[in-house]
Amino acid sequence: MNRSRVRRHAPPRFSMACVALAAIACGAAPVQSQVDSTLTQSGLYNRPFIGSVSSTSVGGYVEGNTNYFVEDGVTEGFSMELRRFNIFLFSQVSQRVRFLSELEFEHGTEEIALETALVDLRLSPGLVLRGGIILPPLGYLNQNHDSPRWDFIERPLVTTDIIPSTLSEVGFGAYGSFARGDLVLSYDAYLTNGLGAGVVANETGRTDIASGKSEELFGEDNNGSPALTGRVAMRHTSLGEVGLSYYGGYYNDYQVEGVQVDDKRWLGIAALDVVGEVGPTSLRAEVVYASIDVPTGLAELHGDTQWGAYLDVLLPVWRPQFLGYTDAVVTAGLRLEAVDYNRGTFSTTGSAIGDQVTALVPGVSFRPSSGTVFRANYRYHWATDFQGNDPARRAGFQVGFATYF
Amino acid sequence: MSGSTKAVALACALGLAACDAFMPSAPLDEDVLDGTIEGMTASQVGQHIAGDEEFGRVFAVADGLGPIFVAASCEQCHAGDGKGHPAFSLVRFGRPGIAGFDPMPAFGGPQLQHRSIPGYPAEAVPQEAVGVSTFNPPAVTGLGFLDAVDDATLIALADPNDMDGDGISGRLQLHEPDELIEAALELERRGSPDPDARGTLVNGRYIGRFGKKALTVNLLHQTVGAYQQDMGVTSDLLSEDLFNPASGSRASDSAPDPEVSSATVANVVFYLKTLRVPSRRDQGDADVLAGQQIFADIGCVGCHVPTLMTGASEIEVLDRVEFHPYTDLLLHDMGPELDDGYTEGRALTSEWRTPPLWGIGLQDSFQGGQAFFMHDGRARTLDEAILLHGGEASGARTRFSGLSAEDQARLIRFLESL
Repeated sequence: MNRSRVRRHAPPRFSMACVALAAIACGAAPVQSQVDSTLTQSGLYNRPFIGSVSSTSVGGYVEGNTNYFVEDGVTEGFSMELRRFNIFLFSQVSQRVRFLSELEFEHGTEEIALETALVDLRLSPGLVLRGGIILPPLGYLNQNHDSPRWDFIERPLVTTDIIPSTLSEVGFGAYGSFARGDLVLSYDAYLTNGLGAGVVANETGRTDIASGKSEELFGEDNNGSPALTGRVAMRHTSLGEVGLSYYGGYYNDYQVEGVQVDDKRWLGIAALDVVGEVGPTSLRAEVVYASIDVPTGLAELHGDTQWGAYLDVLLPVWRPQFLGYTDAVVTAGLRLEAVDYNRGTFSTTGSAIGDQVTALVPGVSFRPSSGTVFRANYRYHWATDFQGNDPARRAGFQVGFATYF
Repeated sequence: MSGSTKAVALACALGLAACDAFMPSAPLDEDVLDGTIEGMTASQVGQHIAGDEEFGRVFAVADGLGPIFVAASCEQCHAGDGKGHPAFSLVRFGRPGIAGFDPMPAFGGPQLQHRSIPGYPAEAVPQEAVGVSTFNPPAVTGLGFLDAVDDATLIALADPNDMDGDGISGRLQLHEPDELIEAALELERRGSPDPDARGTLVNGRYIGRFGKKALTVNLLHQTVGAYQQDMGVTSDLLSEDLFNPASGSRASDSAPDPEVSSATVANVVFYLKTLRVPSRRDQGDADVLAGQQIFADIGCVGCHVPTLMTGASEIEVLDRVEFHPYTDLLLHDMGPELDDGYTEGRALTSEWRTPPLWGIGLQDSFQGGQAFFMHDGRARTLDEAILLHGGEASGARTRFSGLSAEDQARLIRFLESL
């Protein structure tokens, strides 16, 4: 294959892309650009990256850690885990088109997932069209979940249990940003297949938004009604960013073969995220509130409202220069977090339903360079059961690493 | 060992010790109810843990939950193995019939399943029901000891005609033989060193011992019944799934039956059998000891029998052991105060099986920080609970009311120590 052939297969112009996207959105067959002139049997090698000066980059990250936890005096001992090994592929396909994917291996090959596979068509800084397996921009962490970016080993509970990060869904939409002086205003808006019936029909015995994720939803929506995600944010170049986001959609299988068999049940998640700096101290925080239309037969047992929040405070305490590293930094951190999985009250007693967790996580991290982090955490958390009995106390030490490659 | 190795070992030991200082310690045995009976073999402890895991297993729709149910796991009703929160109370209903009490099966009776899987209608108490009773889930600790009491002991304790003239006439709950009861008794006889000690026929009927009205004959019977009636989960012995008659269809969930294996049921039964009895608190306290004497003096022990003995058991730690449950496992008439108009078996609507009192002092620890006493949680304090005792317990209640405030407090202190 030669360069001219690559050019001949370059993506369509903006107008064609818009037509194609509009056609896909309307459910029509995609527009065929032109008839391929090569032999069918040559298809495997008829790919732009072969035989060309490749514009594709390969990267990724890996993270692992140790665990030693004790819950109310009982421990399962010491263990180690290779939590994630993720591979990125990025390609600047053409001047205005780029592709990014992330393939995740969790705990070796226990769980393999294509977390991201998206194509961006940049029309202007204020309007970029995106489609594929995307990360709905809900809160801060979902689009910034790479472990090497974080100074704590565990993700905040609210970002895994209420915002079910990593939340990746099939869909399309647009994003963009507008700058004026020190301020940048950004927006994101997407339609995706949304979450499934597992939000309430799951193995946890509670409303579990993460259980609404399903591989099948990468192929087909469970109810034919897309979910909507939107985020607006304001960034000041020296202060930080504040974002407000919302995700909403029907989650249950309310129709079968076009016939409605159940009430439509809406799931809405709203998040406020803040990232900023106060002097030498970095702050990250998210507050998330979820409202779930729970079937009558599961009322009270499954929460119809959930909320949670975390605050990470990070303070660089030492900048050693050794082994040739010039940007190394040791950081002390503290995380405060809480999640309430069921905000209701008991109809029988009028008292508050429990089902909540509060945690305190002091830690220290060492970054020889910005893309690599070694970190140690102590975690103490209190978990109150559904009935609201005295909390179970769990504490432990974790030591781990994460690095981009 | 070299000096440096010793130093490293010492540092590691100090490090681990420092780690432990930051770890939450185990609660005292006397503050919790879970745990095994002391003296079990490692293999028995392993089976207990397997049963514990099944006891805590939350059933999903795909596992066979429902389609109608009360709770999604055993543990939801019996958190910490203690008495359950009112949110997981059972409601049972029925009405008087020509041939005895009618549990209204055509209306989904006798037990209401007020929760349901998505897309399926939950049940409601039918308007035709006359008797409706709410049952708080009981604590499950020490059940193996109660299960291992010989029938002969219960027969000896029964005094249906009050021949001793103490005003208390405990009756055996007796059930007509049916396939389920006989299968549950037969399975439990296997391996028993004294297979005839339980499952005795009394006037052609079997003795009930578990449940508020002693509806079930042993822990296996109780367990498969709870799987089916409380969670909508089928087993080998009860393989028919529940359905809501008001739905107009017998179709229920799509999970293949049985939804739990016989091994799962056996592990849960073993778990229940081998849960330890609750530890006493302040047992030697002078007020507690005085309260214990008052408890006997005013006649509470007529029903709440302090000491029983197990019979022969294939589980060594349950084999011919004395224990202190404060129950006689018999039915007693509690008067109109506790008559909900609902009953089971041959019990009168005012008759209830004496509940064990062990663990009663810890009850608020498992009911969300508040205690709900009596079968339906209607009493919020022990004093209130005592004053709700009528019928055969009227004498004891009257004598309690006649005590000085100090002696009443001592009696309560004793109950709180159980």
